[in-house]
Amino acid sequence: MADEMKDMILEYVIEEYVDEEDDEEEVGYDTPLISSGIVDSFSMVSLKVFLEKKCHVSLPDKEATPEAFDTVNKICELVRRFQD
Amino acid sequence: MSNIGSYEKRRENFSWDIAKEVLKWEEGEILNIGAMCSDRICARGDGEKKALIWQGFGGKQKTYTFNDLRVLSNGFAKFLKELGVEPGEKVCLFMDKIPELYVSFLGVLKMGAVAQPLFSAFGDESLEVRLLSADTKVIFTTRKHVKKVRKIQDKLPALEKIVVVEGNPNKLRDEEIYFSMEDFRTEDFTAYESGPDTPSVLHYTSGTTGQPKGAQHGHGSVWGQALTTSWVLDLKDDDIYWCTADPGWVTGTSYGIIGPWSLGVTQCVLDSGFTSAAWYQFIQDNKVTVWYSAPTAIRSLMRDGEGLVKQYDLSSLRHLASVGEPLNAEAVIWSEKVYGLAFLDTFWQTETGSMMITNFPGMKIKPGSMGKPFPGIVAGILDLNTNEPVTEPGTVGLIAFRPGWPSMFKEYVKKPDIYRSKFVGAADDAMPAELRVDESLWYVSGDRASFDKDGYYWFVGRDDDVINTGGHLVGPFEIESALVEHEAIAEAAAIGKPDEVNMEVVKVFITLNPGFEPSDDLELNIMNFIRKKLSPLAMPQDIEYMEKLPKTRSGKILRRYLKALEWGHDVGDLSTLEDD
Repeated sequence: MADEMKDMILEYVIEEYVDEEDDEEEVGYDTPLISSGIVDSFSMVSLKVFLEKKCHVSLPDKEATPEAFDTVNKICELVRRFQD
Repeated sequence: MSNIGSYEKRRENFSWDIAKEVLKWEEGEILNIGAMCSDRICARGDGEKKALIWQGFGGKQKTYTFNDLRVLSNGFAKFLKELGVEPGEKVCLFMDKIPELYVSFLGVLKMGAVAQPLFSAFGDESLEVRLLSADTKVIFTTRKHVKKVRKIQDKLPALEKIVVVEGNPNKLRDEEIYFSMEDFRTEDFTAYESGPDTPSVLHYTSGTTGQPKGAQHGHGSVWGQALTTSWVLDLKDDDIYWCTADPGWVTGTSYGIIGPWSLGVTQCVLDSGFTSAAWYQFIQDNKVTVWYSAPTAIRSLMRDGEGLVKQYDLSSLRHLASVGEPLNAEAVIWSEKVYGLAFLDTFWQTETGSMMITNFPGMKIKPGSMGKPFPGIVAGILDLNTNEPVTEPGTVGLIAFRPGWPSMFKEYVKKPDIYRSKFVGAADDAMPAELRVDESLWYVSGDRASFDKDGYYWFVGRDDDVINTGGHLVGPFEIESALVEHEAIAEAAAIGKPDEVNMEVVKVFITLNPGFEPSDDLELNIMNFIRKKLSPLAMPQDIEYMEKLPKTRSGKILRRYLKALEWGHDVGDLSTLEDD
């Protein structure tokens, strides 16, 4: 289940934020997203909406920080915390 | 002692020529911003002084002296000349905050062309509109962003050259040119002899209706930018200055390039995503002394709390200022508590080119106030109905300025009628060259405010439907036009919705085409559609589906009605509302 979530988020990030022509960016579970500029802080909002809709969770704005969204693994941790 | 000293005395004895004294500029010297920010600083003996301390993703760092700026910008200037670019032609700079952006800006100006910096997060449609409007001839970009240019280049007849300044040259297409600035260090280049009205920088700004307008500035803007940098940001020779703005917007050029470098001050640039910890680390590592940022960032830092602040040594900071949107009183009070320094709010806009109403070092701060007009700036509040200046403190009206300050924009590219419409009292046939020097007129900013009995100005809001999100203006028309290109959307209206951190975020009201139903997937799809097409700033953060949009009897969507409902304001006169 956890791995399914990770894969789903990773797939979404690659599809929406990584250019298909860009063969230099290999994005994995621990690739920095916000601090590397792959996802800018304004675009975090659409990522948050995606997580809330797909993972059936409500993420408080206070918790949805650039740090908490910086890698797929960190995002999974955050989502799981609020799913419990 | 601050550079400004006594605000009152400065107002009494003001002349813009003081800027020349501050810059130690003498009649007969060159008035070219590119040369003034590099050659001139070297000529005065500061060539080996650090000009730029840059840090990118992953902590990568580079440092450039003023002599580096000189020879590297000479390289850009020479390269452009060899490409056949003529003075006055537009050269777009479309890249992240990498060193090449800053240096190319100087190079373009040095050879007499017009620098057109554009925010690198713009999607292809936002880019197309602005390049088409400006008849841009050359674009400097990066491998990451050239893909957006490729998508639209066939629709841009004036665009002759696409130049990529970093990345692997082997990955470029045949018609694209690779330019490595380090390979083009050029010792000698004679800068173009520009005058105060010679076009320099072109920034695009959004309005309520129509596409964004190009606000053209001239080289004489440097007087206003240098003097406000000295008196408001209080920069001194030994400061380490950090302006967090992106040069894709006017703050990033007026105060992220021209202001500090014309004065020969060292500045830092951090080109990586925002996190509070990374920003504090950057201040600590570089011993930043003066920090010019934006309310959205300050409120994000507030959200991360005082505990984080205490983990860093920020004792180098001595002066803080803010721009982009009104700085709320809580943020001013908080910054004074946790940093020991209050962020001083500054008010100005793309068109004004430099600060107009601000808080000054040494002045009594009223948290939440915009401050007072800069010495030499004649500001007023115009009555909302009569356009006459109000005299009663507390009366809300339009913020207006008497024309004639040196950084004032020269024109809207190809739009003299819209330029004229910004001046109260302008003759029907008056042209930009007359309007911008006519001190009997009022230039109207598009914002509302009042002043109090002590002469402090207090921001109230926009006088139009333009959305201010995170300090950036977004035009509702642009968003609506893009939304109806989505296959599911029949009609759309965009407004600003209140937001704690960003002041406003984009909210849209839409009706769907037959065969489409509201769903989570559709909502997300629409958000990403706008994010990629326009920019992350324009992306709706709230989407409301409607059966029908409110319209006037003549069929115009009543955006102000939707906005009033959203903000809980009086909806006003609805006599023109279309019957159900």
